[in-house]
Amino acid sequence: MKAETALLGTAGFAGFLVLCEAVPRTGILSEDYFPPVTRIADALVTELGDQAFWTALGDTLTGWALGLAIAVTAGILAGVLIAVTPYLREATASTIEFLRPIPSVALIPLAVLLYGTELQSVLLLVVYASFWQVLIQTLYGVQDVDPVADETARSYGLGTWARVRHVLWPTALPYIMTGVRLAAAVALILAVTAELVIGAPGLGRRIAVAQSSQAVPDMYALVVVTGVLGLLINVGARTVERRALAWHQSVRGEVAV
Amino acid sequence: MLDVRGLKKVYEGSGRRVEAVRDLTFTVDAGELVCLVGPSGCGKTTLLKCMGGLLTPTSGEVLLGGRPVSGPPPGMAFVFQEYGRSLFPWMRVRDNVELPLKQKKLSPSRRRELVADALESVGLTDAAGAYPWQLSGGMQQRVAIARALAYEPDVLLMDEPFAAVDAQTRADLEDLVRGLWQQRGITILFVTHDIDEAVYLGERVLILSTSPTVVQEQLKVDLPAERDQLHTRVAPRFAELRTHVYEQIQAAKRGKAADLEDVKDMKADAPPTH
Repeated sequence: MKAETALLGTAGFAGFLVLCEAVPRTGILSEDYFPPVTRIADALVTELGDQAFWTALGDTLTGWALGLAIAVTAGILAGVLIAVTPYLREATASTIEFLRPIPSVALIPLAVLLYGTELQSVLLLVVYASFWQVLIQTLYGVQDVDPVADETARSYGLGTWARVRHVLWPTALPYIMTGVRLAAAVALILAVTAELVIGAPGLGRRIAVAQSSQAVPDMYALVVVTGVLGLLINVGARTVERRALAWHQSVRGEVAV
Repeated sequence: MLDVRGLKKVYEGSGRRVEAVRDLTFTVDAGELVCLVGPSGCGKTTLLKCMGGLLTPTSGEVLLGGRPVSGPPPGMAFVFQEYGRSLFPWMRVRDNVELPLKQKKLSPSRRRELVADALESVGLTDAAGAYPWQLSGGMQQRVAIARALAYEPDVLLMDEPFAAVDAQTRADLEDLVRGLWQQRGITILFVTHDIDEAVYLGERVLILSTSPTVVQEQLKVDLPAERDQLHTRVAPRFAELRTHVYEQIQAAKRGKAADLEDVKDMKADAPPTH
């Protein structure tokens, strides 16, 4: 069954590539704007040989990783604090619900005003977008602490810090992991968007430059790279999740007792 | 060892005032195994949580070894009914048992010793590396008992610990608790709604009234110390005692003490005064 799924997946993807090669070549779509796959692949190979490409990739990853790290740290700390402090949750709920839906891209003008095309601009957008994902999940996670587990810990004399570490944290971790995985994907989108629109150094700006200089296959090659990055980030996040949550129902599956 | 004096607990919230426990006074001697039975919803869990320092009573006090209980005392361990929720699924059996010991500032070697000893006492040495959810319900409750034993408590509070396991496992666990009590000399307060279990396990049975709760009666169980599932449960004296407890609980539900001729001799057991 698993081999069959893998085979179908590979075949489907191969079919997709053939389609992308054939459609522009038959002239249904203009080759100027939709170059065939082989030309995109050529452009990609050229890109990979270019030092500037690797610098751009490094810039994008720096913005992504730094922004994500700040958002995750702040989201977890704020989430735990809000969830465990009496009345704070109720007091902040309306504000969070107001701020959360604001699209991060709406802050682009602000980012430009504050930081121009510096890395900070990218960070502002990335952090704003991914912070809420982590915060909301942390809030849910902390709320999920089982009263029996907490009473057990209290009855054995575990203090506040020990209960945070041994009960609250493991309970909230599955939620937080989901939040981090979502945040990681959103962070990449925002990093590339910021570079593309603001012109901060990175893959996004390189895409914009390729577009304005009519290097269409290069533009596609860079888009492919961002897609691969997103894929790797998701696979990586899922792997970390499975390792860290081996004990959790969602990972362990059914156990015959 | 354990003194409960005039304990009263009133829950107040959302415009409702519930008097769960009205006025409870009783004593558990050191090394005694006392069972608490009462009609369902009579505040047994509330009482136990007040005794364990998990709830603050509205009035009255609980004394452990002469000292008032204001928070979970170090010499007391709690075994909950919901073993599945009381054990931490993210820790292996060994770590679950060891966690409370880490709060006690014991050396790692001493901790390992206590964990191994406790797991051996409940017959789960082989399961040390497993996760709780890989074990059956009865085994999980054994782990919870091992965790309590490793903590080396003077007093063990057990809140309907076997209510959620099947009948055969339950019988095994009852014998386990009685065996451990005899070996280790721990004071055990065992809460149950099962009359047979209370009579089979206890040296003394405290019968509680319906809510708002008072002690309906204290009954000494004069069965031999060596008990087994096969013979003890069919002994005539066992039947008499369980009938008596049953009548008292029925009477409690109707709101008065049973006044029956054939149990007069049992009522002579005055509650011990301390």
